[in-house]
Amino acid sequence: MIDLEHVTFAHPHTPPLFENFSLTISRGETWAILGPSGCGKTTLLYLLAGLRQPDSGRIAIEGERLTRPRPRTGLILQDYGLLPWATVQANVELGLRVREFYGEDGKHAPMDFQPGNNVVDWLDRLGIAEVADKFPSQISGGQRQRAAIARTLALEPDLLLMDEPFSSLDAITRGDLQNLTLRLCREQKLTLVIVTHAIEEATGLGKKILLLSRASNQATRIFENPDAGQDGYRASSAHHELCDLLWKEMHYETA
Amino acid sequence: MRRRDVFLAALVLLVVWQMTALLVNFPILPGPYEVLHVFLRELQNGLPSHFVFSLWRVFAGMALSVLAAVPVGLAIGGSGALNRIFSPLIYLLYPIPKVVFVPVVILFLGIGDLAKIAIMFLILFFQIVVLVRDQAAGLPPQLIQSLRSLGAGRRALFRFVYLPASLPAILTALRQSIGTAVAVLYITELSATKYGLGYYIYYNGSTLMDYPAMYAGVVAMSLLGLGMYFSVDWLERKWCKWKFVT
Repeated sequence: MIDLEHVTFAHPHTPPLFENFSLTISRGETWAILGPSGCGKTTLLYLLAGLRQPDSGRIAIEGERLTRPRPRTGLILQDYGLLPWATVQANVELGLRVREFYGEDGKHAPMDFQPGNNVVDWLDRLGIAEVADKFPSQISGGQRQRAAIARTLALEPDLLLMDEPFSSLDAITRGDLQNLTLRLCREQKLTLVIVTHAIEEATGLGKKILLLSRASNQATRIFENPDAGQDGYRASSAHHELCDLLWKEMHYETA
Repeated sequence: MRRRDVFLAALVLLVVWQMTALLVNFPILPGPYEVLHVFLRELQNGLPSHFVFSLWRVFAGMALSVLAAVPVGLAIGGSGALNRIFSPLIYLLYPIPKVVFVPVVILFLGIGDLAKIAIMFLILFFQIVVLVRDQAAGLPPQLIQSLRSLGAGRRALFRFVYLPASLPAILTALRQSIGTAVAVLYITELSATKYGLGYYIYYNGSTLMDYPAMYAGVVAMSLLGLGMYFSVDWLERKWCKWKFVT
């Protein structure tokens, strides 16, 4: 589904974060991108979202070269990106309103986009129907995150990109939302790429874990984690061993 | 701002005015009771027409300024390239006292309402551009990226992000502009007209030496500014509900 071929990217006046970097992500997979601060996790997500362009190399999704944000890709950022002046319902409707604004042009909205409104359904499914008329400042962090997820899923994406979406939530809310995300990805047959700096979050969500380093990323270091999301996996010895291994790798990187 | 607070402030002002009038004890500063009496009399005597002329000029000047300055401020604030090109120009033009251009504007636009409205426009335009530009430029980049990921291009960003985000700044700019607009209104109505509160105040104060009537005009002008303040507050409560929630 996603192909990065020999991608090189550097922010202005800094050494490249990615150099001749290649990666393939298949449809329906759940990936976690892990690494220390400043290693380029968020940059990689922005590249996949079409919000940044590589200096050289090629990024393609479903065979099409990515030159701008793609209508079927959903992106959820760390601070949820909700409009403070819009109610929860208006925020969830926002993507649909943007699509209606342009019409089905294939650039801003898919060519087969049918104006409809499944927002109430998503508000119900995400458990935020009772706060639909509230503004983001009036609801909890968990509810804001649910609103951001509902807004993205209302657009029926096939690829979900998340940038440390649960980092500011308490442990219980974080666990609930992680499980909800995995369930929705299974139900909607989504490909998930989540960026995190938390090892337990990466191992809990990603069936494949890409570990990035602070030095220019060239080779991919991928850790298989096929049991992620299954009941009881977090308490298993295999999970602890993987966490230990990732911790050592990250510690080695930052030492 | 609560109504009770405004009422109390008005009461304090009236007491200070009355005490000053008693201390000064000259016809040039009549007390509020006398002025109120004349104000009520003048309501039957042409003051409302002067009020309507002034209201029309100040409203037209402000409306034109908002209509022109908001898109310019949004465009400059929303685009790094435009900001780099136009901000130095605005910084050079903003501090120039535009009132000095009154003779030039009258020369080009004549002595009618157009010149008066144009002078107000010249002054308010830059104030509003600067505030709206700062608001648009200060939006969190993540908010913009988030909207872009939903498919928003430049037009949708302006429609769904920059414009609503700048509404509080537009209303703040309006609120700040009201004082300036009313002051400029007075200056522009000093000459080449027989209608408007500026003319009314000047004519009664300098030609007829009817000071109570002059103060009745000042009260009318204050009410004009106050009414505009309250209108902006009302618009803010209506359009920016999110700012007032707890």
